[in-house]
Amino acid sequence: MKLTPLVERRIIYIVLFVAVMLPLIFPIGWRTEVSTHARMAYDLIDKTHAGKVVIISFDYDPSTMTELHPMALSMIEHAWSKGQKIIVTALWPQGPQLADEAFEQIKKTKFPNKVYGEDYVNLGYKVGGMVSIQAMGRSMQEVFPEDSSGLKYEDIPMLKNITTLKDVAYVSSLSAGDPGMKNWIMGAHDMFGVAVTGGTTAISAPGFIPYINSQNQLVGLLGGLKAASEYESLMGVVGPASVKMDAQSVAHLLILVFIAIGNIKVLVAKRKKSQQEQEVTNG
Amino acid sequence: MAEFMRVFGLYLGAFFTFCIFSFLYKDNPFYKLAEQIFVGISAAYWLIYIIYNTLMPNLFDKLINDFSGNAILLIPAALGIMMLMRIHPKTAWISRYPLALVIGTSAAISMLRYTKSDLLQQVSATMINPIVPGSVIETVGRFLLIIGTICGIYFFYFSKKQEGVYAVPSKIGIWFLMMSFGASFGYTVMARVSLLIGRLEFLLKDWLHIIQ
Repeated sequence: MKLTPLVERRIIYIVLFVAVMLPLIFPIGWRTEVSTHARMAYDLIDKTHAGKVVIISFDYDPSTMTELHPMALSMIEHAWSKGQKIIVTALWPQGPQLADEAFEQIKKTKFPNKVYGEDYVNLGYKVGGMVSIQAMGRSMQEVFPEDSSGLKYEDIPMLKNITTLKDVAYVSSLSAGDPGMKNWIMGAHDMFGVAVTGGTTAISAPGFIPYINSQNQLVGLLGGLKAASEYESLMGVVGPASVKMDAQSVAHLLILVFIAIGNIKVLVAKRKKSQQEQEVTNG
Repeated sequence: MAEFMRVFGLYLGAFFTFCIFSFLYKDNPFYKLAEQIFVGISAAYWLIYIIYNTLMPNLFDKLINDFSGNAILLIPAALGIMMLMRIHPKTAWISRYPLALVIGTSAAISMLRYTKSDLLQQVSATMINPIVPGSVIETVGRFLLIIGTICGIYFFYFSKKQEGVYAVPSKIGIWFLMMSFGASFGYTVMARVSLLIGRLEFLLKDWLHIIQ
């Protein structure tokens, strides 16, 4: 039976769908090797002293939650476990809501004693991307006169000593595109010398790797779901990313098999064609 | 009522997920319905969001609360209104002035930032001592970084015909470029599979409660 390309494509979709679904229902428990880039990001947060104020910027929206939200959960947990205080900013409009959800989840499960305004604050979304970051280098209060709930900047205890971006220990951008991590590299690091780390969707990760260089423009990088699971394994927890990595790994293996089958098919077709041509020439 | 809306929302989400997935079989009215509702809701969402989160706090509230102290905001407000003149063909020319200002400002800011971050810092990052005592892997990595950068840039040098000995670095450059394209493809596959995992997680966890 000869299958048409359309039917073949539908078979691939169904097989891929089932292959991704099964490991979600029946986890395999494959381990993920930790990459250097994930370890660099981890070390930056791990070595920052307790009491320091840091920025985690939620530069994504629900469409990329699968990849970036596990990173946010891990980084919040890590920063809090080290006694750091977290400022939330967002260059994407839906970032503040996602941040609230992440902080609520971590507070409920691991850090019930953390207090809003003393241990973390959500300064909300700011339009402008690069221009806003540049302005933060002059005055944080000017850019964020109040937090996302309307509380005045001067009334927030943990912001007493934070006048400009230079007063924070590092910026971690969880970035789904533009504006996002690139703006933080250009603004926070290259203009004001603040260390920048963070995570991106897998699709944009290759574009950020050149910034991990001797100039330390970017300190480590979490690229996609795999890096999120690496971060979880560095922290010694089995989080949402680790659970999903089984499905990801099975899908990758399947795609490799499909590529191999496709290549074999092309080779067989070529051989058949040359045989037919030979038969025609031989009469 | 709140519980009903939550469950209704879940079923609606599941319905639209299947509508979008149905495109994998072939284009159909369910897919078109989901697509058009998504476009419509997105447009409405952004309009309301911009009004309440950008225009209100950054312009209207400031002008209402302290007009004389924020009178300078009338300039961007006027530029914004000029931009809206595009709606009418006879007044469309007025929008060119704010547009010119936006393009000019953006180009100037980007030129400064990109020159520093993407040119000077990147070139500096390549000017490194390739020998790292005690680490062969690091040394090989640094040599590859330097060779890859030089050959990659040479590939885009078109002022001399690349033949004979001049073609060698170009061919090495192609290899490096191919490897980077391969890595990008791998990452793209990972991102797309992640999206599928996200949707399946919604269906199996939030909707059907099959997984925890």
